[in-house]
Amino acid sequence: MDLLYFGDSGWGDELAIATLMTIAVSITAMMIGFVFAAIFTPLKLSKKKYLNLVSNSYTTVIRGVPELLVIYLFFFGGSGAIMYVASIFGYNNYIEINAFLTGSFSIGIISGAYSTEVFRGAVQSIDKGQFEAAKVLGVSKFTQFYKIILPQMLRLAIPNLSNVWQITLKDTSLISVTGLVEIMRQSYIAAGSTRDPLFFYSCAAVLYLMLTFLSMKLINKLEVKYSRGY
Amino acid sequence: MDLELMFNSFPKLLNATVITLKLLSASLIFGLFIGLFFAILRLNKNVLINKFAYGYSYVFRGTPLLVQIFIIYFGLAQIEYLRTSFLWVILKEPYWCAIIAFTLNTGAYTSEILRSAFQTIKPGVIEAGRSLGISNKIIFYKIQIPIAIRQSLPAYGNEIILMMKGTSLASTVTLMDLTGVAKYIISTTFKPIEVFIVAGGIYLFMTFIIHNVIKYLEKKYRFQQ
Repeated sequence: MDLLYFGDSGWGDELAIATLMTIAVSITAMMIGFVFAAIFTPLKLSKKKYLNLVSNSYTTVIRGVPELLVIYLFFFGGSGAIMYVASIFGYNNYIEINAFLTGSFSIGIISGAYSTEVFRGAVQSIDKGQFEAAKVLGVSKFTQFYKIILPQMLRLAIPNLSNVWQITLKDTSLISVTGLVEIMRQSYIAAGSTRDPLFFYSCAAVLYLMLTFLSMKLINKLEVKYSRGY
Repeated sequence: MDLELMFNSFPKLLNATVITLKLLSASLIFGLFIGLFFAILRLNKNVLINKFAYGYSYVFRGTPLLVQIFIIYFGLAQIEYLRTSFLWVILKEPYWCAIIAFTLNTGAYTSEILRSAFQTIKPGVIEAGRSLGISNKIIFYKIQIPIAIRQSLPAYGNEIILMMKGTSLASTVTLMDLTGVAKYIISTTFKPIEVFIVAGGIYLFMTFIIHNVIKYLEKKYRFQQ
C-alpha cells in the first residue's frame, strides 16, 4: 500500500490527477459528441434522402469500425490535416496538436454517433400530435423545438444517454495509446517503474468502477428530475 | 490519395483479418457458455450465488476492456505461483490472454442479455410444461433455453459487433490483428487516411455480414403467431 502514498514516494497523487484527467476528457468528448449529434440528428430526421445518407454513413461507419482505429486515424492524421489547412493560409511550420484535443475529439466523434442514434429515437417516439398541435397554434419552428420537443425528448433520452456516457468513459482508456496521461497511461507508467503491473492495473480497474458507479448515481438523480409528472 | 498503397496493403490487412476472426469466434464461443452459466446463477434464489454472478457482470461491464487485457497479460505474469504452474503455458501467450480477456468480457454482457431474456419468458409457458408432466430439467433445457436464445438474438447481435470491435484491442498486447497491422502500416508510411479506408472497409464488411446473419436468424426463428 506504500505505493499509493501521496507525494514523491507514492503514486497516489499522480493517480488522482490522472482520474481528474479521465473525467475531463470524458466530459469534453461527451460535449463534442453532443455537437455532432446536434448536427447529424436533424439530418437523420430530414425528409431529403441525400441528407439522410450523409448522417447514416456517419453513424454506420463510426459504429462499425473499432474505436482504436478511429483514434489512430486522428492521432496520426490529425496534425497532418491541420498542417495542410495551415499551408493553404501560408503557414508552413510544424504544428503539433495537443494530445488532449486529439483524444477528446476522436472519442467525441465516436460518442456523437451513439448520441445521434439516441436523439433520433427520442424525437421519433414523441407523439406526432405534438408537432401538429404546435403547427396549428402557429408556434415558430424554433420555439417548437426548444419549448415543446426538447423537454419531452430529454426525458426519453436520458436513460440511453447514460449508456452513451458509460461507453464514452470506458473509451477514454483507449487514448492512453496517444500518450495522454489519464488513468490507463498513469497506471502503465507506474507499473513500468515499480514492476508491479498487477497492483496498478487493479487500481485502474477500481478507479473506473468508482467512476461508473458514481456517474450512475448522478444520472439516476437526473432521471428522476426530468421525469417529474410522469 | 495513394491508391497504390491501398492496393498493396489490402492483402496484408486481409491476412490479419484471419487473426481477428479467430479471436472473435473463440471468445464468442467460450463467452456464450460463460454467459449462460452466469445467467443461470443470476436466476438462482441463493443470495450469495446471485450476488456473486451480479458482481462478476458488474465488474466486467464497469471497467474498460483494455484494463482487463492488461491485468491478465501483464498483471498475472507477476504472480510467482502462476509462473510455475501448468497455466503458464497458456498465460505467457498474448493470443490466449487476449482470448481469456475477451471471453470474460463478452461473458459478462451475454449473461445480462440472457438473464433478461429468461425473465421475460411468460410463466404460462413453464406452467403449461409442468401440467403436461414434463420434468423441471427438461422444461429448462427444451423450453426455457430455446425461447431465451430466440428472445436475445437482437441484443446478442449487437454484442457480437461490439466484440468484433473489441478484438482490435489485441493489438495493444503485441498481436498483429487487423488493427495491429493497420497501425503498423500507418506508422511506417504516415498515410493514415488510405489505411483507415481499407481497414475500416474490412471491419464494416464484417459488421454488415454479422448484421444480416442475425437478421436472417431472427426471421427464421420467429415465433409462430
